[in-house]
Amino acid sequence: MSRRTLLRGAAVGAGAVALPSVLAACSSGPGGVTMGSNASDPVPKKAFAAAFTAYEKKSKKTVRVNTVNHENFQENINRYLQGTPDDVFMWFAGNRMQYFAQKGLLSDISDLWRDFDGFSEALKKQSTGLDGKQYLVPYYYYPWAVFHRKSVFRERGYDIPKTFDQYRALAQQMQKDGLVPFAFGDKDGWPAMGTFDYLNMRANGYDFHIALLRGEKSWNSPQVKQVFDLWRGLLPYHQQGANGRTWQEAAQTLAQKKAGMTVLGLPHPGQQFSAADREDLDFFPFPEIDPAHGQDAVEAPIDGFLMSKKAKDRDGAKELLKFLATPQAEDSYLKSDPNNVAVNSGADTAAYTPLQKKAVQLVSGARQISQFLDRDTRPDFASTVMIQAIQQFLNKPDDIDGLVNDIERQKKQIFSAT
Amino acid sequence: MPNLRARRARRPGPRRYTRRDRLVLGVLLGLPILLDLALIWGPTFASVGLSFTTWDGIGDIRWAGLNNYDHLFTGYPQFWPAVRHNLLWLAFLGLLAAPFGLLLAVLIDRGVRFSRFYQSTLYMPVVLSLAVVGFIAQLILSRDQGALNAVLGSKNPTDWLGNPGLNIWMVLLAAGWRHTGYVMILYLAGLKSVDPGLKEAAALDGASARQTFFRVVLPTLRPVNVIVGVITVIESLRAFDIVYAVNKGRNGLELLSVLVTDNIIGEASRIGFGSALAVVLLLVSLGFIVTYLVQELRGERRR
Repeated sequence: MSRRTLLRGAAVGAGAVALPSVLAACSSGPGGVTMGSNASDPVPKKAFAAAFTAYEKKSKKTVRVNTVNHENFQENINRYLQGTPDDVFMWFAGNRMQYFAQKGLLSDISDLWRDFDGFSEALKKQSTGLDGKQYLVPYYYYPWAVFHRKSVFRERGYDIPKTFDQYRALAQQMQKDGLVPFAFGDKDGWPAMGTFDYLNMRANGYDFHIALLRGEKSWNSPQVKQVFDLWRGLLPYHQQGANGRTWQEAAQTLAQKKAGMTVLGLPHPGQQFSAADREDLDFFPFPEIDPAHGQDAVEAPIDGFLMSKKAKDRDGAKELLKFLATPQAEDSYLKSDPNNVAVNSGADTAAYTPLQKKAVQLVSGARQISQFLDRDTRPDFASTVMIQAIQQFLNKPDDIDGLVNDIERQKKQIFSAT
Repeated sequence: MPNLRARRARRPGPRRYTRRDRLVLGVLLGLPILLDLALIWGPTFASVGLSFTTWDGIGDIRWAGLNNYDHLFTGYPQFWPAVRHNLLWLAFLGLLAAPFGLLLAVLIDRGVRFSRFYQSTLYMPVVLSLAVVGFIAQLILSRDQGALNAVLGSKNPTDWLGNPGLNIWMVLLAAGWRHTGYVMILYLAGLKSVDPGLKEAAALDGASARQTFFRVVLPTLRPVNVIVGVITVIESLRAFDIVYAVNKGRNGLELLSVLVTDNIIGEASRIGFGSALAVVLLLVSLGFIVTYLVQELRGERRR
């Protein structure tokens, strides 16, 4: 190799290093609003595309979508928002939005909210930062509940349990009948969090749950120990080996009628059911533990759109957000993704499946709405402490004291760090 | 006399460099040095510095003293298991996979039938990335849908990858599968270069096959042994992709590299704490690097 080709090679190499940032810079030039999308799965990707096309048709403007793999989007969100973010991007409500608002990485859209129509007070609260300003346009939500197959319940004559005792008795009966009472997978770390949230909200109430996740209550308190204790009582009815199973595999056991129930979010089991069986899918709200709290709280994570602080085309971004807050925008999305529920009360519910209608009822009847464990607390606490702690609990359910002391010690360290 | 002068003329004397030469030297030496400083030393020292702070990647960097280290050693349940797993990895690859690779190399070098076939089969996993090996392992070992449990057909399936006492061994087997092939190829190359005369001489002296191997062949393979040792250490310390592919390095598959990633990548990064973990990994690596360098330099002097 001659010296010249070597040097040329070096220049090419340096170009390869610099290229991604050059490309990134290109993507936010003029010529339409840019949209950072984490909707990398085929169904939502297509559904979002339908919504953006509806906007393009209406406004005669273009939306340029940069889709990133869902997990990668989440992992890189820090650098993404500090680098050259798209004008508008998809993200979550609640604590996970407030965190970035507090860091000054989001644009205040309170002026848009003044003209918004059809959003409930609870939705506004979930779209509001700690400074009282709004940052999110909520788009859809999906409640968590106990899913089951209607036909299985009908054939075996099972009743919908209202209280925890009935719930446990039903699980016992299913086991006798040769079913796995609860399909359960926690390989990804987060699916079991939904069960924890419900046990805690039913036993100790929404306020305690949220205070606990904000770091204001201690994890080694008798209340939290009681939650793990209740859970331990249910574990013999759960599908064994949860830490090696994905939620998809767990939902399939429900679809195959090998399991009787599962605690998941609305989009999850639906995706694993064949189109013919989807009619057979049903849910009931997580049963009551303490009558003082009843079934008041519903876990319903909200996804939506935010405008980055560094948005280039601010007017275009606001116009797009305004459109996305309309019922029509949600309708065009839900036409191809019936696994979620629109947030806007003006959205067309005529086309809803019975399951979607039931989900609307469940959430509108709720006195409190929680987001999800990893959305109601600090993400670093959720991902480096709680995922591991719950998996450890599933392996060794008998050492609750050791477990909660471990969590509390780490919580103090993390919450005091910043 | 003319002879001497001729030799002197050939010796590289004090030579004048032209501007062009200097420019070329400057670019060819300077660029790598700059890159080395910017890409290796810069981040290294930054990590060491950051490990004494708390920083979430967005806001202010605040001094924390030894807090991170204190929390690491006493309050972080994943830390000691990760250290243990890294050491187990080293022991497994170094004491089982690498010697096994040597054994295979010797067998193939003896010229068993179909040796080319064995060679290529055993070498095949080396071209796969460990992440891919991890995906293959999941297809085989998954509890409900894996091939192995289907073949075994037991009523109570074994949770090969979900049971925290079991999964590390399964992953080690998969990683060892690849490492063995890697080591085998290196030794095969080394064995080809062993002078057959040495073996003949040993045979004339009445040495048994075992004696010939351990006293004659293995010592002449010293350079290869060193390389295999270095590769084994590197593979054990940088092990990451396979456990991350299997279950993100949780629930029994913790490794130092995974903990660093867990804490630094993501929404609300604990960059200070993650850096402290990285510094621990750096110190462990330095231990091996320094030992290696000392050995090499001593060997150089002896030669």
